[in-house]
Amino acid sequence: MSDKLQPKVSQKKTLSSTTFLLLITIGLFIVMYVAGMILLADKGFSKPQMFCNLLIDNAGLIVISLGLTIVMITGGIDISVGSVTALVCMASAYSMEKSGASVYMALALSLGIGLAFGIVQGFLVSYLKIQPFIVTLAGMFFGRGMTAIISTEMISIKNTTFLSWAQFKISLPIGTVNKKGIFQAAYIYPTVIVALLALVVVFMMLRYTKFGRSLYAIGGNDQSAMMMGLNVKRTKFVAYIISGFLAGLGGFLFCLNTGAGFVEQAKGLEMDAISASVIGGTMLSGGVGNPIGTLFGVMIKGTINSLITTQGTLSSWWVRIAVAALLCFFIVLQSIIGSKGKKRKKS
Amino acid sequence: MQEVILTMRGICKSFPGVKALNQVDFTLRQGEIHALMGENGAGKSTLIKALTGVYSMDAGEIKLQDTSIVNHSPQEAQGNGISTVYQEISLCPNLTVAENLYIGREPRKLGMIDWKTMNRLAGELLSSLSIAVSPTSQLDDCSIAIQQMIAIARAIDMQCKVLILDEPTSSLDDDEVGKLFTLMRQLKKQNVGIVFVTHFLEQVYEVCDKITVLRNGELVGEYLVSELPRVQLVAKMMGKEFDDLASLKSDASIQDVEEGDAFITAQKLGCVGKIKPFDLKLYKGEVVGLTGLLGSGRSELVRAIYGADKPDSGTLKINHQETKINTPLDAIKKGMAYLPEDRKRDGIIADLSVRENIIIALQAKRGLLKPMSRKEMEEFADQYIDLLQIKTASRETPIKSLSGGNQQKVIIGRWLLTNPEYLILDEPTRGIDVGTKTEIQKLVLRLAGEGMSITFISSEIEEMLRVCSRMIVMRDGQKVGELNQDELNQDTIMQTIAGGEGHHES
Amino acid sequence: MSLKNKLKKITISHLFFPIMCLLIVLVVNVIKTPNFFEISINNGVLYGYVIDVINRGSELVILALGMTLVTAASKGQDISVGATMAVAAAVCCQILSGGEASVTGFQNSLLLAMLTALVVAAACGALNGFLVAKMHIQPMVATLILYTAGRGIAQLVTKGQITYIRVDSYKILGGYIPGCPVPTPIFVAIAAAVIIALLFKFTTLGLYIESVGINSNASRLVGLNSTKIIFIVYVICGVLAGIAGLVNSSRIYSADANNIGLNLEMDAILAVALGGNLLSGGKFNLAGSIIGAYTIQALSTTLYAMDVKADQLPVYKAVVVIIIVTLQSEVFRSFIKNLRTKNTGHGGSALNKEVQ
Repeated sequence: MSDKLQPKVSQKKTLSSTTFLLLITIGLFIVMYVAGMILLADKGFSKPQMFCNLLIDNAGLIVISLGLTIVMITGGIDISVGSVTALVCMASAYSMEKSGASVYMALALSLGIGLAFGIVQGFLVSYLKIQPFIVTLAGMFFGRGMTAIISTEMISIKNTTFLSWAQFKISLPIGTVNKKGIFQAAYIYPTVIVALLALVVVFMMLRYTKFGRSLYAIGGNDQSAMMMGLNVKRTKFVAYIISGFLAGLGGFLFCLNTGAGFVEQAKGLEMDAISASVIGGTMLSGGVGNPIGTLFGVMIKGTINSLITTQGTLSSWWVRIAVAALLCFFIVLQSIIGSKGKKRKKS
Repeated sequence: MQEVILTMRGICKSFPGVKALNQVDFTLRQGEIHALMGENGAGKSTLIKALTGVYSMDAGEIKLQDTSIVNHSPQEAQGNGISTVYQEISLCPNLTVAENLYIGREPRKLGMIDWKTMNRLAGELLSSLSIAVSPTSQLDDCSIAIQQMIAIARAIDMQCKVLILDEPTSSLDDDEVGKLFTLMRQLKKQNVGIVFVTHFLEQVYEVCDKITVLRNGELVGEYLVSELPRVQLVAKMMGKEFDDLASLKSDASIQDVEEGDAFITAQKLGCVGKIKPFDLKLYKGEVVGLTGLLGSGRSELVRAIYGADKPDSGTLKINHQETKINTPLDAIKKGMAYLPEDRKRDGIIADLSVRENIIIALQAKRGLLKPMSRKEMEEFADQYIDLLQIKTASRETPIKSLSGGNQQKVIIGRWLLTNPEYLILDEPTRGIDVGTKTEIQKLVLRLAGEGMSITFISSEIEEMLRVCSRMIVMRDGQKVGELNQDELNQDTIMQTIAGGEGHHES
Repeated sequence: MSLKNKLKKITISHLFFPIMCLLIVLVVNVIKTPNFFEISINNGVLYGYVIDVINRGSELVILALGMTLVTAASKGQDISVGATMAVAAAVCCQILSGGEASVTGFQNSLLLAMLTALVVAAACGALNGFLVAKMHIQPMVATLILYTAGRGIAQLVTKGQITYIRVDSYKILGGYIPGCPVPTPIFVAIAAAVIIALLFKFTTLGLYIESVGINSNASRLVGLNSTKIIFIVYVICGVLAGIAGLVNSSRIYSADANNIGLNLEMDAILAVALGGNLLSGGKFNLAGSIIGAYTIQALSTTLYAMDVKADQLPVYKAVVVIIIVTLQSEVFRSFIKNLRTKNTGHGGSALNKEVQ
């Protein structure tokens, strides 16, 4: 075999556009967090607990966003997740407080609700080929309405096992020394462990399983995927089912954090999840997405939230606006990178 | 003589109203590169789809190495060793090269995908086929040519015995075509049988061993490339006989072309990937024909003038004034009109009525703020329904309900309404009955007589000879010649299209 | 014409579907509330369930007009209209109150306030239009941004509080013109419809919108500029949302950034669908959307009469949307067509699988 025709495999990998986006996201997070540590050090921003709180407050969102990332990789979208969370919280609260169910039953109920949404929405999108946005918009209104049907009033959860799950402190080796000179270890709750576990599982699934790779293939070009022998409809259907399951799980984690169910809960959560995914490098057009990026996307949103809350004087609405602005920025950035890539191909 | 690997005998396939394939035979041997050629409606793609299981055959037999097979789906065909690589790259741009090669059959270790092995295997496969690309690069960072070769590599790796390449070179430049041919020759040595569906004459003569020509769903013949001169090939594809003595001369002698000042002059006008830079002069009152085989660039040339494809080189002058035409609206305002070849995709606005389809171009010319009155629109619509004898229940019928031929008439009416100075007709009589064809040809001559400059594209030589006073010949994506009135006979045309040894291009 | 042909002509008419839906809802209403159609005049003002439906449906009608155009031209929907309403209301009230939370007199000119509000609403539409027409982002994704941020912006404008304008002349737009028994919003809705109709009469926009929505390739080749057309349509939708926001604000003589226009985007989409318009774009029918809007308002009234709470309404609406889009879906339609051909005996021909 002629050596002249051997491909010269360069050791230096050129920076692909997706890695580039991921680095921007991680960089942005670090910049924001460090800025917070510097500017708001006097308000306690630099304490390790601050970081842990970031994870605690957003454990549910992390799981939900992972589900959304999966669906977005296939080129779809799911804007019902906020309502599903609210429904899950209300259903759990109602079942535990008014029907005397155990925590385990509430958990099963939550997962069941998530699965139900996933199955119905997935069927309509993949087999009936209805636009995912319309289907999940209807799902969003359905979920929100069902929450109100269960109860229009807030239900606080007083179930002891539930509360013990919610408040079980897991101490970490790092911490701060408070004014009295006593070392206070930073802590997290079990919800964080669940969220991180989910992250690991989703990451492995996306990277190392046939199903995971076929999600990317379908998102890249579903005609090609079909020609290459993949079952596009079934794969998309399963993607929505998984996402539904994660929405149910995430909703339950969210519930552990808030400890109550009420109609207005998690309003706009879908936006947070979508933003987290997009900021984390998931492309709205499909085919590209990284659960690690999604994690950082959630962390960025959380950081903005913490910054504004800690700062104290700015209205909390700034969080929504900042996130929407970031989303807009990343969408435009993705669009530019996408068209640059096409130009490169032509030459 | 190599062993026969694939035989198709007596293949028949009909669709409602049309017999797409009628008793077609096809033979492929191991290590043979076999071209499958034919003009529009010849049945090339139908034959391929019948072979690969996209369509079911009405009659006929397919044998793969002496075993009779019937493919019910592309997946089944692939399992039998018949793989197809399409013109549209059917790979996933967001995945790496290695992934695209192995998707659906990734090597696994402990139930998880083994990336290291996959990349290694991919690298070995790529270098065995001398494809210079790293397995870990992303597919859409690679050029189209490389992507095509990767698609071929995937087919080869899946143990294909018959490789079908469907118009693989349409988007490639000369260098890339060369690389592809090197790969094809290598596969030839590995005894793969290759079916090369193409319309590029030069390429057929460069790399193929045999040619099978189809025409109107029937087999014209199978020929050895070395024994079939170019001109004969062109003749067979067009369904003509090449005879030195034959003279179907142009009878468009009525024309009185205003010599001297060219109405439109194009200099080095080109559009990368679509049409190579060309020079062209168009005069008022003449009908210029664009001829050549399918895919030779006829449509692309006129689209570059009209602004349908924005040209990236060259200049255009109208009445000696340099003009920039960036969008179709610019062209329309300068008095141009364009009847597109693909009526369904680019012509009809399906749900709108006949009336709306007729007036839309003129309305666009007049502008957003000058809507036509209902009465005016109705008058215009009636005028052309009458003139072109458009069969429609009423002028309010949605155009999608009309037959193909009548839809075409509506589009013609649309452009005539704008009273253009330069009219481009790309296959205007396709799908129209004989009587109306003649009417349209007469109309074209009359319009030219009244001073309109017309460019006429058609696959039917007789039609063009009846109407045109000058012909531009296209081949393989560029203009290769011009024929004047006295040279306008069937044979000269075919010779110019065919080109080949000893032929001088203008 | 024979009876059969007459029936066929009626059912094929584009307005058949929306009118049927309206009739069904009205019938259910009358069953639930026998005095549904009763109208009376008290204190010089009209009262009655019917009046209420037409009155409260005004904002929805105005939104539905814009939503219809957006759907037709860009093959998607604008889900930020509710948020835009809130922004417009916030801007208007804030200017009128000069920054105070509650005023009893205009601090600035009413005209200035309203015009500014509409300009801001137009800007919202322009942002959406830019993202969809120029950046080619899917309409629903693009408008998702304002859907989230819009109310936040409105909150900031009103400094996080509900701004009250306790001035009688402000309440006219959402209430009554002195001496007129008909509620003003009805006039505003009519005016909006008339303005749009005039727009279509004096420009070619209607034809262009349909053309671009049906076949953008062909439209380009005949000289239309789809980017410009889609952009204009979104701006119009924004302005209409602004008008609806002002009407709504006047009704409650305040700007409540959280609640103005809440969930109305769903209702608007539903109105367009009930109006017989395909949510996938192309030809549109404004009259159908207007009928659809009143149908939904009547539906809401029915549900209220059945003791459904405001927060629970969305469930029923969601189900109706799903049913309609399922019926409109290609897959479902060809499924029914196949069933029909099987039944009529046309069968046997091998259905060829098209890879495409």
